[in-house]
Amino acid sequence: MDLKNLTVRGHRLTGKNILAMLIFLFLATAPIYMSSFRVNMLGKYMCFALVALGIDMIWGYTGILSLGHGVYFGLGAYCMAMHLKLEASNGELPDFMAWSAVEKLPAFWAPFHSSVFTICAVVLIPVIFAAIIGSLTFLNRIRGVFFCILSQALSYALATFMIGRQEYFGGSNGLTSFTTIFGFSVNSPTTKMVLFYFTLVFLIGAFALCTKIVNSRVGRVLIAVRDAENRVRFTGYSPAVYKVFVYCLSAALAGIAGALYVPQVGIISPTDINIAPSTEMVIWVAVGGKATLVGSILGALVVNFTKSIVSEQFPDIWQFFIGALFIAVILFFPGGLISIKDLPAKVIGIIRKKSSKADAADTAAVNADAREPKKDPKVSRTPVGKGGSV
Amino acid sequence: MDLFLMQLFNGLSVSSILLLAALGLAITFGLMGIINMAHGEFIMIGAYTAYVVQNIWKAVMPENIFDAYFFAAMLAAFIVTAAVGLILERLIIRHLYGRAIDSLLVTWGISLALQQTVRSIFGPTNVSVSAPAFLDKNIQVMGMFAMSGKRLFILVMAAVSCLLIAVFMYKTKQGRNIRAAMQNREMAASLGVNTAKCDMLTFAIGSGFAGIAGCAITFLGPIGPTIGQSYIVDAFMTVVVGGVGRIIGSITGAAIIGVGGPTFEFFTSASLGKVMIFIVVIIILQFRPKGIFSIRSRALDD
Repeated sequence: MDLKNLTVRGHRLTGKNILAMLIFLFLATAPIYMSSFRVNMLGKYMCFALVALGIDMIWGYTGILSLGHGVYFGLGAYCMAMHLKLEASNGELPDFMAWSAVEKLPAFWAPFHSSVFTICAVVLIPVIFAAIIGSLTFLNRIRGVFFCILSQALSYALATFMIGRQEYFGGSNGLTSFTTIFGFSVNSPTTKMVLFYFTLVFLIGAFALCTKIVNSRVGRVLIAVRDAENRVRFTGYSPAVYKVFVYCLSAALAGIAGALYVPQVGIISPTDINIAPSTEMVIWVAVGGKATLVGSILGALVVNFTKSIVSEQFPDIWQFFIGALFIAVILFFPGGLISIKDLPAKVIGIIRKKSSKADAADTAAVNADAREPKKDPKVSRTPVGKGGSV
Repeated sequence: MDLFLMQLFNGLSVSSILLLAALGLAITFGLMGIINMAHGEFIMIGAYTAYVVQNIWKAVMPENIFDAYFFAAMLAAFIVTAAVGLILERLIIRHLYGRAIDSLLVTWGISLALQQTVRSIFGPTNVSVSAPAFLDKNIQVMGMFAMSGKRLFILVMAAVSCLLIAVFMYKTKQGRNIRAAMQNREMAASLGVNTAKCDMLTFAIGSGFAGIAGCAITFLGPIGPTIGQSYIVDAFMTVVVGGVGRIIGSITGAAIIGVGGPTFEFFTSASLGKVMIFIVVIIILQFRPKGIFSIRSRALDD
């Protein structure tokens, strides 16, 4: 990343900050002109946006693709759900445990009676888990697709585990039918509104924190790890430490998101943390524009809003749609929604290129032969390869 | 003990299916740097091809040669999935060479679309394929436990497929070209190997074997549009454990994942089995971050 790029980035950031403010303004005023149903939906999407921020930190900025963020979302969500479940059962055994013939509350459920413990657990459990997984993988230089596959297997393993442990985690039904959160009824409009704004505050806070990190020295190292990990190592930094840090950060964000998700949606089940939703989380970031924090928020909101509209109208089409979205965004639109403003310049570029296509064809042929098959694909801001130039 | 042996044997047949699926994955990853998440859907397509062939066979052919449908189904599954693979390779995947992470996301999109296509055509409910009568017997081994003929057949099928791939890779000219391109693409290209053709062929063959794996899973139970997903994670774990680009790696990986899973499930519980396997894989990767068998290279950035 040379000096020229940096100034460009500085310039871009202001534009993005304006966009971020517009999004936050829209979210903050949404309860005024939207039905409570839609507002509740928006609250849910803000939780997703929080996850997307974390994924953007690790994928967009550090270049590690984690397909298992559903795990951290799920850990946070289950912690919160366990507390709510205990609140709902009034000191008795939670209903599903009674159905599975469990007689005594399992020991690991007991601390969740305390709301303070729950609030800490929501952040700490995902972070500790991420620290363990992260240090086991990154310190051993397991990276690239190997890490992707492992993270995917992780979400598969956890979901299978949760489904199998009917007696402890409610099995495939998950945890549901909550009544109160910290003493307030979950169904009352006031609680819902408070939760909505609470989520918004967390989203803004997380956005500010991530912006700060990205613009700090740590952020520079993260980007350097993404672009040239070995050079970072040769310069004396330990990429693994930074990777574990960013992995834990994104896990914490996902955990908080999960905890905010549960009281607003009223259910958490293994379907929400399995492979498919975990991979979908990545596409939110890709659609919005990776390595742009506001892009990930925008992507999460836009994709999920589209999802609910499309699947309300045509339930069958959604899967085609999201499938096509994956293909189209990665192949033709690697910059995501944020790069729309670059589109006119790009079109002009293509037209210019076409006029000088004859000489370009020769160079392209040479380039195509010279491609390196085993090189790590660098996540880069500028479109790479054939797909990008379309 | 009998039950455990039985589990172990069942695990072996799962290993065989994983092996069939993982071979294609490992080779395409080694050769092109492509992670094909849609590979599971090739398995699914193979299974549905078997289903279609069976129904056509039932309608057209006389009843007494019904059992022979299976060989037609296997052939058809190979051809259909290889064709689908070929089309995908030409249309989409060749634009993604060397961009493993991008290819992973794109092929995930493809897999979602394929699932929905099949769901639209065949409906969301599971369908079942009846196995040929001569496989519906159990074979007693030493009076200890019974091996189901179907699972034995899957084992044999995997062994034969593996042998075929080994012969192709190590004894034919095309196989030599593929191995050359896998080790050093530019060098191979400058010595006259048509690497684009290698890629195409490898991808098609890899997909074809996934189709055969799909045929095999019709023996194990009913099939549905999402059946591929339940195998894809294990197939990828196989590749990760075994290493990329060597057949022996895939065999080892498949043995570990396929046999390890049921073994752990036997000693702990079904839900813990997957977690245990995950832990084992992480432990193995602590010592061999690139898998147990990997092609050695001095390059740092591979």
